[in-house]
This record gives sequence, C-alpha cells and structure tokens, in this order.
Amino acid sequence: MLEFKQSDYEEIRRHGEETYPDECCGVLLGTMNEEGDHRIVSSTVRCHNTREDRPQDRFYIDPRDLVRIQRQGREQGLDIVGFYHSHPDCPAQWSKTDFAEAHWIGCSYVITRVDKARAVDTNSFWLRGTEEEDKHFEDEPITFVAVAQKSDVPLSAQASMPPAEVPGSDK
Amino acid sequence: MKVLIPTPLRQYAGKKDSVEVPGTTVGEALKNLTISHPDLKKHLYNEEGKLRAFVNLYLNDEDIRYMEKENTPVGQSDTLSIVPSIAGGKDDRVI
Repeated sequence: MLEFKQSDYEEIRRHGEETYPDECCGVLLGTMNEEGDHRIVSSTVRCHNTREDRPQDRFYIDPRDLVRIQRQGREQGLDIVGFYHSHPDCPAQWSKTDFAEAHWIGCSYVITRVDKARAVDTNSFWLRGTEEEDKHFEDEPITFVAVAQKSDVPLSAQASMPPAEVPGSDK
Repeated sequence: MKVLIPTPLRQYAGKKDSVEVPGTTVGEALKNLTISHPDLKKHLYNEEGKLRAFVNLYLNDEDIRYMEKENTPVGQSDTLSIVPSIAGGKDDRVI
C-alpha cells in the first residue's frame, strides 16, 4: 500500500500536466514499515527528465540528483520509497521499458496517465522480488493520509487515522 | 569510509542504511563491503564479476566512471553512494 497526503498526490499529477507532452519524473520520500509492504510518502521531489533526445516517451533521472535527494532525505529521517512519472496519452500501466529499467526492488513506481495536458488516472506498482532475475510488479492500492481539519487533534492521532480512498485512482 | 546503502539493498546489509568499510580504493571498499555482507554481491555484480550496468557509484558527489572507476582512491572521510538508476517510459501504444 502506498499512502499519500492529498497535496503530494495532486502535486505529482500536476507535474505531469505541466511537462505534457513530455514525461515528468520525480522521487517519493517517506517511510516504510518493517515488513516493507506499506510506504507512506512524506514529500515529493520533482526531477528533470534528462532524456532530451525523446522526452515524450522516455525518462531518466540523473543519478547525481538521486544522491542529493537521498542525502536530503536522510537529514530528515526519510528514505526514497518510490518514484513517479507520467505517460502522456498512454495508459497508467507499467511498460516493458518501465519494467526493464526498474531496479529499486521494494519501492513503489507511480504512473499517471496524462491526456491532452490533463491528468487522468494514477496507479502505483510495487516492485517485488529478491533480485533482478525474479523481480515483478504488483498492483498496489493508493490511499490518502487522513488529515484532521481542526488543530486540536494531535499529530500522533492524525497519523493513526484510517486512510481514505483516492479520487482519480482506478484501484 | 562510509558506504550509503540504498533502500532496496538494506535487507542484504543488516537493514543498515550505511556501512563503514576499510579500503584505499573504491574497488577495495566494495570488496570489503561484500565480504562483510556477502548477500550484497549478486546485487552489485553480474555473473562475470563486473559491476551491474544500472549500479551507479558516487564518491561524495562525483560519478566514479569519470574518475578512475573502481581504482579511484578513497579516504577515511569519504562517502560512497550506491545508486541504482531510475529510467523508463511509455510503450508505443497511443490512445
């Protein structure tokens, strides 16, 4: 399960709209439970798509950016728990290229379909396996972290609230 | 020197996010890393014993490919980041 704040979820979808017709890409920072099957996104980081030869159907994140983001995350007690990118005018499903280039086993890969500069659906896929040879994607639900409207609810209580369904996701 | 372990490889490094290893070059440090944590080896190297193509190694902020690769000298205060690459893209299915 991948849990978002609504604002972060909207931010990655907006990123895909802004870069249309090119693919956008970015990193999800957050925390992961001991079993590794529940990731909570605390913040998202936009990255530059360095595939300037064909940005409409490919993306690549400069590893130097990943080093920097990983360092910033550690300073805040956060890890890289996933990545996102967009599929302009194409389904929000992982492609053969996405799979071949996916190496962060245990992390979430979030894909947003963007039709004519408008984000449509957003899906998340959990990369599972023990090594390159047996890796595979599993559909995973996206949920929202419920945030209380009133400030009289302590943060610890907010964090334990049940997740809500995510609009725009076809899960 | 300190080696930073990325999220997917921590389960093979005692769940640690960084490991201190001895070594005077990147190659030596990695060798010592895989001696102390042997399960990491197949994730970093292919069957021919070469570093997997998608594994990027950054010494502090520099890609070792543009330095002396695995022969790059390292000091005790250096940090080596293991960074698997991130790429992808849609198939040729247009709606």
